[in-house]
Amino acid sequence: MSHSHIDVRYVANLARLELSDEEVALFQPQLEAILQHVEALTQLNIDGIEPTAHASPVFDRMRADIPHESLPPAAVLQNAPDQAQGQIRVPKVVTDA
Amino acid sequence: MTITQLRQQLLAGETTSTAILQQLAGEIAARDPQTGAYLSHDLESAIAEAAHADLSLPLGGIPIAIKDNINVLGQPCTCGSKFLSENYTSPYDASVVKKLRAAGAIPFGRMNQDEFAMGSATENSALQITRNPHDPQRIPGGSSGGSAAAVADHTAIAALGSDTGGSIRQPASHCGVVGLKPSYGRVSRYGLVAFASSLDQIGPLTQSVDDAALILQAIAGYDPLDSTCLDVPVPDYLTNINDGVRGMKLGVPKEYFGTGIDPGVRKNVEAAIQKLAAQGAEIVEISLPHSEHAVATYYVIAPAEASSNLSRFDGIRYGRRAANPTDILDLYKKSREEGFGPEVKRRIILGTYVLSSGYYDAYYSRAQKVRTLIRRDFETAFQHVDAIVSPIAPTPARRIGAFANDPLHEYLSDIFTISANLAGIPGISVPCGTTDFDGGTHLPVGLQILGPHLGEAKLLQIAKAV
Repeated sequence: MSHSHIDVRYVANLARLELSDEEVALFQPQLEAILQHVEALTQLNIDGIEPTAHASPVFDRMRADIPHESLPPAAVLQNAPDQAQGQIRVPKVVTDA
Repeated sequence: MTITQLRQQLLAGETTSTAILQQLAGEIAARDPQTGAYLSHDLESAIAEAAHADLSLPLGGIPIAIKDNINVLGQPCTCGSKFLSENYTSPYDASVVKKLRAAGAIPFGRMNQDEFAMGSATENSALQITRNPHDPQRIPGGSSGGSAAAVADHTAIAALGSDTGGSIRQPASHCGVVGLKPSYGRVSRYGLVAFASSLDQIGPLTQSVDDAALILQAIAGYDPLDSTCLDVPVPDYLTNINDGVRGMKLGVPKEYFGTGIDPGVRKNVEAAIQKLAAQGAEIVEISLPHSEHAVATYYVIAPAEASSNLSRFDGIRYGRRAANPTDILDLYKKSREEGFGPEVKRRIILGTYVLSSGYYDAYYSRAQKVRTLIRRDFETAFQHVDAIVSPIAPTPARRIGAFANDPLHEYLSDIFTISANLAGIPGISVPCGTTDFDGGTHLPVGLQILGPHLGEAKLLQIAKAV
């Protein structure tokens, strides 16, 4: 895979993280060292091996489609940083046509 | 005192739940300013609960400390992060907390941890330092460092932690207490703030093996709110706990005893294995051939899952929201920049990278296949042995600050614990002696015992014999 160069600022933007220049300079060599270590996985023959997504033998558990009690609106809103009229308030997300 | 001892006193009328809480509050006031295990605690509401504790229940009247990433109704849940430290109060009980309450226990205290459980030293907590009660210059281990330190410091009777790559077992080893990571699916994760959903599991940190069994008994079992929680009967974990190890076959993985292990750790672990042999266990050498790839596999899969799980911290519904954003995207990015510490950012970036277009197959998909190979190593081993015994960590607790800015070095110390999470099997850390290390004296060492999926009863039985 030989990809151990990582464009930290580009990936941070994908992850919706705004990094300072100092953080980019700190993380760049650290992440490259980690990726270099991960490169060792290329030595293994994985032909025909099924991936393991999680280790528990449970798949597609179905349940009856019955409404059940959920958190009341007041409990949900108690932690909202900004709210009005029983709803969470956010900055404008649509631009003027 | 252990849960078992306190329960005897409660039932004999020699103490009360309120008296136990007041005693704990005194111990916390005396020693926790130095240790720093507690992020917060609410004595008043715990005493109100103690007043009507039902002593007929298995944990009736017993306070249990809770790692600060498990939701308890009306209490903080900071996850050791500035993202949640100011503006978050849990609106519900995690399923394990409901189960503890149903068994009569009182959740009391919020325990420090690495931010979002990412770390092995509790140094990544954005809120405070926790010190090892055996040597205040040293880490308690992590990420459940507050839980382990409080139990070791006798400022908590027992605690819950979470283990994604060793975060219950390793701090238990460093602090000289018992720590149990149950099998994946044995205990509900509902209400545990998710780090890596395919690896996370909640478990107890206690002063004794019996206490670990008591707490597991209370929290194990089916929960419709966690689709990965197994609908499988829970055995009685105390029935055979004193039956010893005679006739059992215990595997010693040769890959776990190579170079890099501190001689004091090796000596104590080998002595513990000899002690089990002297009680009639047969000790055999086994091989887990893919062990050397566990750290690389884990540090692809865990950050990948973390980058997805932590996308919920966007500044909209709860937690930190940056002031004066220019638009919604700016709000997301600034809130996350302000709220997360460096280790969390590193792992989010790493996880986003390995899942990004063009790299997914090379990293994430490949790591999932190596995970299958690691899982098969254990399946093969458990065809021949009842359990596997090994060290927990290559060294005893290191000094605070020793690995600053060298995350890879820190990750490599997880080598003996992370395979159990990748394979979904249970593991326990039980104290097996002390050693001198790097200028420190009498530092605790833990023995790790790993068993097949849902094999907790046998692990507890072996641990009791150590």
